[in-house]
Amino acid sequence: MGFILSREGFNEIITQLSSKYRIYAPVLKKGEGRFTDTDVVMYDFVSDPGEIEIDRKSDYSFKNVLVPFSQTLFYFAEEAVKEADFPDKDILVFLRACDMHALRRQDAIYLENGAEEDWFYRRVRDRLHFVLIGCPASFEDCFCVSMGTNRVADGYMFSVETAQDGIACDLHDEELAPLFTYQAEAVRTVVPSYAKENDTKVDVPDQVPLSIYKDPLWDEYNSRCIGCGRCTLVCPTCTCYTMEDIYYTDNGRAGERRRVQASCMIDGYSNVAGGGQYRKTKGERMRFKVLHKISDFKAKFGCNMCVGCGRCDMVCPEYISFSNCINKTAAAVRAQAEGKEGEQA
Amino acid sequence: MGRDINVKKLKKNAFRISKVRGETASRIRITGGKISAKSMVKIAEIAEKYGDGTIFITNRQGVELLGIDMGKMDEVNQALQPIIDDMNTNQEERGAGYPASGTRNVVACPGSALCPYACYDTTDFARKMEDMIFPNNLHVKIAFTGCSNDCAKVRMDDFGIIGMTEPQYDMSRCIGCEQCVKYCQKKSVGALRVVNHKIVRDENLCIGCGVCAVYCPTRAWTRSKEHYFRVVLLGRTGKKNPRLAEDFLRWADEESILKIVKNTYAFVEEYIDPQAIEGKEHIGYIVDRVGFEEFMKWALKDVQLNEKAQVASRVYWGGKHYDRSNELI
Repeated sequence: MGFILSREGFNEIITQLSSKYRIYAPVLKKGEGRFTDTDVVMYDFVSDPGEIEIDRKSDYSFKNVLVPFSQTLFYFAEEAVKEADFPDKDILVFLRACDMHALRRQDAIYLENGAEEDWFYRRVRDRLHFVLIGCPASFEDCFCVSMGTNRVADGYMFSVETAQDGIACDLHDEELAPLFTYQAEAVRTVVPSYAKENDTKVDVPDQVPLSIYKDPLWDEYNSRCIGCGRCTLVCPTCTCYTMEDIYYTDNGRAGERRRVQASCMIDGYSNVAGGGQYRKTKGERMRFKVLHKISDFKAKFGCNMCVGCGRCDMVCPEYISFSNCINKTAAAVRAQAEGKEGEQA
Repeated sequence: MGRDINVKKLKKNAFRISKVRGETASRIRITGGKISAKSMVKIAEIAEKYGDGTIFITNRQGVELLGIDMGKMDEVNQALQPIIDDMNTNQEERGAGYPASGTRNVVACPGSALCPYACYDTTDFARKMEDMIFPNNLHVKIAFTGCSNDCAKVRMDDFGIIGMTEPQYDMSRCIGCEQCVKYCQKKSVGALRVVNHKIVRDENLCIGCGVCAVYCPTRAWTRSKEHYFRVVLLGRTGKKNPRLAEDFLRWADEESILKIVKNTYAFVEEYIDPQAIEGKEHIGYIVDRVGFEEFMKWALKDVQLNEKAQVASRVYWGGKHYDRSNELI
């Protein structure tokens, strides 16, 4: 069922839905960008539906609803432990096709990786419902078509996108039909738009030989990368975290355990007891990240981890392009294969 | 026929006396150092047509067109009109060039239009300042710089305006990566430290440079909505006592700064040395003579500083006193 809404009508629907759901959506944060008088699109729980930004790609991903940058899991005091409160309300998440695919990667790591599910992830995951943001055009840096993540057929309550005649919605949840019908400017068939072509194209190698570890292709990142980790923190598929136990400074017998996101690109990530460090150089870290995204994850879960959202390319202060690195990797894999064939001949 | 030139008038009209008799140079104001390419072409054309075809880039971001015959000054003034219009420079009579030269070109670093570190639009503020103070014959130098790096070297001016931002910390977005701590330590003053894996900012030590907001990977650190300014006072070069400007205000607002500068013009008119050669005396020497408290009384008259602003109770300057001793140590 397709509906055309005015922005006011859309806002009214979201207001109505707010009684049942917490709304988690991309929001344009004025002046909160890195540089003076610049904006940033970040996810947040919205109280005013007018804040929801559906026309720009968010700079940060939706994943923080599941795994916040910093989250208190439980409190402890002497013998007692109390789990941190969590609002007893379902959550409606606005996201794009690539992010819907990213969600499956998050699920794989937090729910299907080993015998135990992650309880704190499961607790939120069960409350999530989705609104698909259509993509009438590809954004700069997107390479979802190459990654096969440009489209989803289902899994959302309704879709939204800016069309010529208003906000176009493809309604999947029949229960909401009266609400949409009441607010609709028009009723017509709506098929959520998706990117059919991106300017950025990547060539993901089918198989990456172990010998790629020694390839000089990673060396340039030793000097180029500053190890800030922005690429992984905006990534919708990165899942790494670390644990911190905090003892309150005015009472060392009480405290809390926090889970905070970690990054394989940031100093300290691969430190181990005794002063060891598995990946000292930025090139090694880049190699680890890239191969996880396009090879190692696939070996375990059957699909590439990277969904081609391109946020890492957008955020890198050193203009290091992940998509270009995939292509450099593919070229190195080909060159190695050709070299081997040459040796055999 | 001998040249009969009113040199006082010539200088006031933003021309210079050259050591080559009969020659002058035309000084063009480029407020905040930013000019349209179109006007830059016009400047080049004037230099070609009336001067010796060379252009001197001044230390204060203006330009001087060299080797102009004094007989051509009226024509040069006519030719300058499109540039003056383009820059929106205040004028008394169209076609007559610049009406004053005492208050010098207002300097600015590239600011937030270009620089990732700048805390405000320096050119915009410089233009507001220029619009308020020009034309004026009093010898006043004002410079704007985007952050505490002070690329514009504003501590050499009577008024130096340094951009500040008040870092805003969202603990729920902080992953404790400590990059802000590292960059604050290496590039700034080391005002950040870690307590229980989160960051504590020393509010007194923090100079509001915004380096934490630039390097924070999660937007845990962001900039304040308000732009703030550090104002440094009465630096100067010169033969008697060159010195760097010292801090007068911090976390001040734009409106107050404009008012303080305007008030300072009144102070100078009241107290300038009547015997000053060509009516030109650095404000710093006037303050040295009449006292800082008297200056404060004038400068802060009717100024409603923003709530966050802090004012120095006393300012002490150092520098080299050539007028007392020229000994090498």
